[in-house]
Amino acid sequence: MRLRASSLVLLTVLLMLAVFPTVGEQYYVQLISKVMIMAIFAMSLDLLVGYTGLVSLGHAAFFGLAGYVLAKAAPQYEAANLWTTLPLALSVCAAFALLTGLLVLRTSGVYFIMVTLAFAQMLFFLFHDTPFGGGSDGVYIYAKPEIKLNWLGLAGNPINLENFKVFYEFVLALMAAAYLFLRRVLDSNFGRALIGIKTNEQRMRALGFPTFRYKLASYMLSGTLAGLAGYLAAMQFGFVSPEILGWHHSGGVLMMVILGGMGSLHGAALGAFVFILLQEALSNQAWFGAAAKHWQLALGLIIIAVALLLPRGLAGLAGVFSCKPREDEDE
Amino acid sequence: MSEAVLRAENLCKRFGGLAAVNDVSLELHIGQVHALIGPNGAGKSTLTNLLSGDLPPTSGAIHYRDADQVGHELAGMHSDCIARFGIGRSYQKTNVFLPFSVFENCRLAAQSRQPRAWRIFRGADHYADVNALAERALAAVDLGARRDLLAAALSHGEQRQLEIAMCLATQPRVLLLDEPLAGMGRQESQTIIELIRRLAPDHAILLIEHDMDAVFAVAHCLTVMVNGEVIASGAPEEVRASPLVQQAYLGDEHGGRHG
Repeated sequence: MRLRASSLVLLTVLLMLAVFPTVGEQYYVQLISKVMIMAIFAMSLDLLVGYTGLVSLGHAAFFGLAGYVLAKAAPQYEAANLWTTLPLALSVCAAFALLTGLLVLRTSGVYFIMVTLAFAQMLFFLFHDTPFGGGSDGVYIYAKPEIKLNWLGLAGNPINLENFKVFYEFVLALMAAAYLFLRRVLDSNFGRALIGIKTNEQRMRALGFPTFRYKLASYMLSGTLAGLAGYLAAMQFGFVSPEILGWHHSGGVLMMVILGGMGSLHGAALGAFVFILLQEALSNQAWFGAAAKHWQLALGLIIIAVALLLPRGLAGLAGVFSCKPREDEDE
Repeated sequence: MSEAVLRAENLCKRFGGLAAVNDVSLELHIGQVHALIGPNGAGKSTLTNLLSGDLPPTSGAIHYRDADQVGHELAGMHSDCIARFGIGRSYQKTNVFLPFSVFENCRLAAQSRQPRAWRIFRGADHYADVNALAERALAAVDLGARRDLLAAALSHGEQRQLEIAMCLATQPRVLLLDEPLAGMGRQESQTIIELIRRLAPDHAILLIEHDMDAVFAVAHCLTVMVNGEVIASGAPEEVRASPLVQQAYLGDEHGGRHG
């Protein structure tokens, strides 16, 4: 019964999102596109933080790396082919995750936070301070990649992602796919093992689980999905700069996950929605006048309030209002 | 007697200047319950941790003979490799997954032996063999009726039973049981003692236990440790009669309770 109810909610939300471009103004359609991209990013981090127990402060490295791969691989004045550049970007992210994962996963706790941060900052300076990276000004991507259909044996023009509504639906489809994919993965043997590792890694090893390999796989999967988000973001804005690799960005996505509720996929996605929409609303001068300049203060206070009052984030609100007793609360 | 399945040779573990385990040698055989007793702080749990790979030994060797009679050296191996060889352990301090259901605790344990870890699209609950193993392990410790409760909701004694069930669900050949009866009621203890008896014929069991009645009821072999060293080892009755043991352990500390 509960499963059916939650599926119904999910379907309703997706449907509402799908019809939004028919009523929303261009500005808001593009804003929600950005939000959905960040939702993919937040869900990818939640796999690591909420389900594997690894708090990373360098997740933007994957996001930015994929964006830069697109920027570098795209021809100067024509559209790149999505069928080649997207797999390339994801592979680079997976490879980067494999390389760094072999090192960072030897640490845990605070050290893991520091080492992931260090790797992300290394990448930041690589793109910030070298001619290869384009420096602090960033790199422009003049045309969005195309989805060429003739590859699939279908006739007709490529799907026009330059159209903001088409791009919106494209992002929505990928966000839904990422969500369903992760849900499936988390319910598999692999996912259950990850949750076991998060809960008690020593016990998992005593049971015979090679936990390092599981963590590495989770790290790679998470990094690759973050790369998908980064690729889409670079596509949307037509521009990449070192900021998207920076620790501000890593911290932002971590706040989305905490705001929405660690260890809950829809929570992470919800966190991205609320975080960005709050940011948008609080910095709106028409609503808050002079106070809008200090939107970060207001946002900070809201996040502190959520962290204090809702230990399970916004996703925990559903539990507050349901009458089902939460047995696992008091340990 | 058959050749030992697990043979520890001159195991040492030092923490700084303290020798928690000092030059201990020990054999486990299939079909035998080997009890390990000694006062608190004697190094029994540390020895278990060395055998299971939770701690690396400072020196010494651990030889293991697998089901195909192939020999392996376990000293220095990680605990997950040792566990996959078929050496299961339970913890003295209850170490179960509290937020999971009782069944999921055992299912996860049984899953550890499945070679299908990377099938990421099939629901974890759809492996009939894994589920059956988990159910059987729960039934063996008499927890079948509690399967859908959260582990956190179990009583302390029941959590101890679950601890053993998880170990069983991995189908080990060698069982390292660290004070399995601690904190259990009389009836639960009886269930576990019966279970150890039932398992003994085709398992090698190391039993660390303070309950002397239980030890003498099931042990084929008894080793006494004091201050990290073995002071006596052999048939239970002989060891019990040894004056050294009487003085160092049974006589002094626990004589009143069991004498």
